[in-house]
Amino acid sequence: MILLLILVPLVLGSMAFAWPENRNRPVFLLVGAAAHAAGMIGLWVRNEPPVLDGFLFLDAVGKVALTATSTLFLACAVYAQGYLRRRDDRDNRVFVGGLLVLLSALTTVGVAQHLGLLWVAIELTTLATAPLIYFNRNARSLEAAWKYLLVCSLGIALALLGTFFLALAGAAPGGPRSLLVEDLVRAGPSLSKPWVRAAFVFLLVGYGTKMGLAPLHSWKPDAYGEAPGLLGALLSGAVTNFAFLSLARVYQVCRAAGEDAFARDALVGLGLLSMALAAVFMVGQRDFKRMLAYSSVEHMGILAVGLGLGGSAVAGAFFHSLNNGLSKGVLFLAAGNIHRAFGSKLTDHVRGAARRLPISGPLFLAGFLAVTGTPPFSPFFSEFVILNGAFGAGRFWVGGLFLLFMAVIFIGMGTTVLKVVQGDDAGTPSNPGFGDSWLTAAPPLVLMLVVLLLGLWLPRGLSDLFQSAARLVAGS
Amino acid sequence: MAAWIDMVFILVVVIDLFTLASSRLNAAIRAVALQGALLSVLPLLLASWEHEIGHVLVLSLGALAIKAILIPWLMFRAIREAAIRREVEPIIGFVPSMILGGVGVALAFAFSRGLPLPSPERHAYLVPTALATVWTGLLLVVSRKKAVNQVLGFLILENGVFVFGLLLAEFMPVMVEAGVLLDLFAAVFVMGIVMFHINREFSSLDTEKLTALKD
Amino acid sequence: MLARALFQMGLLLLFPPLLLGVVNRTKSLFAGRKGLPLLQAYYDLAKLLRKGAVYSRTTTWTFRAGPAVGLASIAAAGLMMAVAGERALVSFAGDFVLFAYLLALARFFTALAALDTGSSFEGMGAAREVSFASMAEPALFLSLIVLARATGTLSLSGMLGRGLAPAWSTAAPALLLAAISLYVVALAENARIPVDDPNTHLELTMIHEVMVLDHSGPDLAFILYGAALKLFLFGAILVRLVLGHRFESLLAAEAAFVAGMVGFAILLGVTESVMARLRLVRVPQMLVGASVLSVFALVLLLR
Repeated sequence: MILLLILVPLVLGSMAFAWPENRNRPVFLLVGAAAHAAGMIGLWVRNEPPVLDGFLFLDAVGKVALTATSTLFLACAVYAQGYLRRRDDRDNRVFVGGLLVLLSALTTVGVAQHLGLLWVAIELTTLATAPLIYFNRNARSLEAAWKYLLVCSLGIALALLGTFFLALAGAAPGGPRSLLVEDLVRAGPSLSKPWVRAAFVFLLVGYGTKMGLAPLHSWKPDAYGEAPGLLGALLSGAVTNFAFLSLARVYQVCRAAGEDAFARDALVGLGLLSMALAAVFMVGQRDFKRMLAYSSVEHMGILAVGLGLGGSAVAGAFFHSLNNGLSKGVLFLAAGNIHRAFGSKLTDHVRGAARRLPISGPLFLAGFLAVTGTPPFSPFFSEFVILNGAFGAGRFWVGGLFLLFMAVIFIGMGTTVLKVVQGDDAGTPSNPGFGDSWLTAAPPLVLMLVVLLLGLWLPRGLSDLFQSAARLVAGS
Repeated sequence: MAAWIDMVFILVVVIDLFTLASSRLNAAIRAVALQGALLSVLPLLLASWEHEIGHVLVLSLGALAIKAILIPWLMFRAIREAAIRREVEPIIGFVPSMILGGVGVALAFAFSRGLPLPSPERHAYLVPTALATVWTGLLLVVSRKKAVNQVLGFLILENGVFVFGLLLAEFMPVMVEAGVLLDLFAAVFVMGIVMFHINREFSSLDTEKLTALKD
Repeated sequence: MLARALFQMGLLLLFPPLLLGVVNRTKSLFAGRKGLPLLQAYYDLAKLLRKGAVYSRTTTWTFRAGPAVGLASIAAAGLMMAVAGERALVSFAGDFVLFAYLLALARFFTALAALDTGSSFEGMGAAREVSFASMAEPALFLSLIVLARATGTLSLSGMLGRGLAPAWSTAAPALLLAAISLYVVALAENARIPVDDPNTHLELTMIHEVMVLDHSGPDLAFILYGAALKLFLFGAILVRLVLGHRFESLLAAEAAFVAGMVGFAILLGVTESVMARLRLVRVPQMLVGASVLSVFALVLLLR
């Protein structure tokens, strides 16, 4: 089943590349997403033993990320049917094929238990998505694609060096001599400490670049700002989650080797820095897609802080990764609709989205409320767990700064969002034919309802999943 | 034999310093090609006779083909398309780049003292060379303005990672090395395509023109 | 003892113009010409010594002192270079610093004499020469420090003498890098291509030649001879560095030394013929590159 989850999107992607008809090529996306969702449900019902000599196995950590991604991808696939049909001026061969390859690569990251395989899959996600950023075929998106490609490839190369360092840590005679996570964790204290520490530094920089932690986030505003909303949703909702997953696995090994004090300080430091930077750049942001990018930086910071705090906050971090994935999906899809309907993404030109797009406009507002941690949406609860962990461990400075940055971000983001959504849309540029339709408005609506539902009632299965993931990584 | 291996490592670092100093793109690409060729010889020199000679040979030939022949050819084509000859004065000037490179080499040697190796005698210069090369690559990517030079910096960084991977060739399967080569090839291929588009869109490969997006 | 001192002084004083001849002959051969006779420099010196000097009314005593002090400093520096046998006539710990600064003294007085003429060409040349020298000096010192560290002594005679053979067997890469760095410094200090073209006749492109534009007669002879002597000294360092091998008999050692000097001159000629002159902005980069190479060599030794 795990192998099928990886291979089916890959096969569908190659078929999409070969398919000659532009109009009905997006159907492949729907088929792939549906198959993937069905597979995930199957794996929830009955988990599988490790495959391929232990290289692939779906554990709790992977399950969190894959569940979020599967849901998000399904919503995006439905959205893509409407969106790509309206954008049939563009050839969507690379887009559809690339998205399916991305799904396959992300699944591989989720189930990979071998750090080398994990790295190869993450590199594949970078290479698969860079051409997709260039979908709009203009100078700005080209510049964004170049920066994304260069910065992320640089980060991934450093992550490779870090992976090699980890392999070397276990290379002493009698050591595990393998890159399988369970071998490394089992050999824990016998791993060479200087190598593990150096490895963590490089892997934090490398996978942190892919996540978009400050100060390695410079590609995010450009890439998310210029990519189509659909791609932005997948990048910020799915890819960053898997980068966080990789970081969590590395942390798992570090903790087993006894280097976790150093790792935790680094994570909390970078996390707070990301939140601070996001707060600074969000105030007065005129481009609402770039604003969403900074929001993504902020949430990656929250995830890093959660992982770095340890204890009960780690489960909160995993819960938050699910919430973040879904909320970002809502925001980016709604933002994409607004962008298309007004033909611009600057607040100078966009007003009164709620009037022109009766579903996407209010959804954008609701998404903003969710993402900044307003109850009863689910991100409030996950952030609450993290804050609880901070104050409970006596780290009052961390908790205090966390709250401060969240407040600034709420104000900054709120000004932009309210400017976009409220008011009268008379006198703003208009793009007829890009109003709300079922295919483009229903997916974000459904995702929003899921976010609301998770906030009101968290199923027992999910909360157990987060706890077991936290136990695996941080041993609480 | 050990003396030859040391000479190769030292030559790799000298080539790093040379690329930091050179403003002619032709010379820089040739230097990186030479570095790739040197690195492809290293698996043969470093292999102890426990390994299968087949694996080692495939790795050497693969590295030679990709690093020394294929990728430089792609680079030369990119320059020819864009008709550029020289790098303009980079963000960090040539002299500060060289000095930073020298400092990086010294720091690499200093840091590698704290990283114990399983068999230190054979690979005395390996870790410092790898770290110094990675540092040079980073410096180039960050400070150069022409897209081709940035890709060259990325190549040099991957060369540094490759050098380090040679240490592991004894413990882990050749998959590790194959992974590096594959990554390099794929990444540069995609970069080449994007550069082609950049040239078409902006009529130049000067990334100074790519400054429309900022906050 | 006396014989050795006489032989050393003789070699030091009589050999340098022949170096110039070899360099020029190599360049001519590269260009496909037959070229000047090998002993041409001696004839030039003799001719200049017979002539009288012309002094401008705007110059002072510094203009007359420049060539004399220059030659004296360089000759004094030559006393510290071991050209015959192992030890130089003057050697003590730290004498390489004195060596470097005697050469700098000569340059200082030449620049002073150039400024004394009040001509803008000479001033321009002096400014360029001094700024390039300030960048060549770290490279020179770093290379000498590499040598000092490799052989464990602080005197030039020691660095280029007994301790060199074992140093080559343990620290060959570092010494090779230091040798390359020293070669670049030699090119810069002796105003050779790629730093400066000694055959150019366009004043705006000159660096060294333009400083001595107004000297004539014996003064010019001193300057010409001093330049040859300086080239000889740099060549001697390089040749003795590369020929680290210990020779059994004094005669064999000296023969190897002379052969090495001729080889150095030929190498210089080839370099001048093959390379083009660098743009002035690139010369500092080249010199910094030489310094960085020496730093790298030092790091290798300190490991």
